[in-house]
Amino acid sequence: MAAVSLVRCERGSARDVAPDWMRQELRTGTTIMAVEFDGGVVIGADSRTTTGAYIANRVTDKLTPIHERIFCCRSGSAADTQAISDAVTYQLGFHSIELDEPPLVQTAANLFREMCYRYREELMAGIIVAGWDKRRGGQVYTVPVGGMLTRQPVSVGGSGSSYIYGYVDSNYRAHMSKEECLQFTAQALSLAMERDGSSGGVVRLAVISEHGVERRVVAGNQLPSFSAI
Amino acid sequence: MNEATQYKLKLERLGYHQFRTMERHPTNYLCKGVSTGTTILAVKFNGGVIIGSDSRASVGGSYVSSKVINKLIQIHDKIFCCIAGSLADAQAVTKMAKFQLSFHSIQMDSPPLVKAAASVLKELCYSNREDLEAGFITAGWDKKRGPQVYTVSMGGMLLSQPFTIGGSGSTYIYGYVDAKYKPDMSREECLQFATNALALAIGRDNVSGGVAHLVVITEGGVEHVVVPGEKLPKFHDE
Repeated sequence: MAAVSLVRCERGSARDVAPDWMRQELRTGTTIMAVEFDGGVVIGADSRTTTGAYIANRVTDKLTPIHERIFCCRSGSAADTQAISDAVTYQLGFHSIELDEPPLVQTAANLFREMCYRYREELMAGIIVAGWDKRRGGQVYTVPVGGMLTRQPVSVGGSGSSYIYGYVDSNYRAHMSKEECLQFTAQALSLAMERDGSSGGVVRLAVISEHGVERRVVAGNQLPSFSAI
Repeated sequence: MNEATQYKLKLERLGYHQFRTMERHPTNYLCKGVSTGTTILAVKFNGGVIIGSDSRASVGGSYVSSKVINKLIQIHDKIFCCIAGSLADAQAVTKMAKFQLSFHSIQMDSPPLVKAAASVLKELCYSNREDLEAGFITAGWDKKRGPQVYTVSMGGMLLSQPFTIGGSGSTYIYGYVDAKYKPDMSREECLQFATNALALAIGRDNVSGGVAHLVVITEGGVEHVVVPGEKLPKFHDE
């Protein structure tokens, strides 16, 4: 005998039938990385921005300039990180004019931390701040979700970073050259992109040093491939 | 007056004060995966397989209930398996599988195939997939196909692979094993590869730890290698 259950049906709205990518927030589920070397830093990121299962932008630039020789790599909610980096760019620019000299990377990192910690309940942002200044040379600071600040010689972030902790731990050596760092970063990012569904596209790299900023792009077909299975 | 002091005075003049902010640890917004606290792996090399795991059993991620548990279970002479998931489910399933396999082996009057062992586990996992929460890595040697590695996922999928990793600590070493694995390694290379992978995972995963248990299975037999914590390879930041 069939059981009949009375279920209260709400009148559906257009939202219920919309695909998941129209209902999801824009996220930079991503892989970002920064490495210090003697004379500067190398930063890198993948280029995929997703709304749910849809790739909203497959050639995103997640390496955002904050000042002439200070960049940040953004991961987490695209809206939150864009808003934070805009605010910090303004604050840092103002500070630099007051000081009449280029700002320190540590200052930029602290500004990020201030904002990420103060609004930690509302924000979902993991940021790596990297750059070059005259006092301390190349520096990498990481401000993960929650608002902690710490300086590290090499830092990875974003959803794809979990997969490459082992690779980075085993392959990083202190005092690498610029080319070695670029190679190391590109390989680590390719490995993460191969395993993480929210990371992909091209690898964007930038070298920040006393001489300025040099940007590179490694397209998908030029990435090293590692599949043994 | 050095540059640093000059800079500080400049800041003070402009109205910036140095605050000492207490650093708080970030909360973990990500939800926990279903795998238990562990790192397990199995790798094929030229002439055999190596199956390995860490040795930590934890409760709720904050209490280590055992520092030296052996997660490598021998289900036949030259076939081992290691578990990811609920320890209780795993023990029940492997006990059943051991029995079925030894019965099958007596019936066939020959050692069972590694694929047979993996299939037995798969059958148990698939038919009870609603109730169970355990996945397995099976590795061994048989006369028909030599060394093999099979993975039986939590829902009951069976897959043969040259190497496989599992457990919560495995997320951190995907990049490393993808980059470093080569087919047809020698026994020593493979041991080094497996030890390094376990050491890296233990270094990053707080619910993996203790010693590295490794079992080398070849045509000649089974050899158990234990690498204690202080003998595990150390990396640049340790």
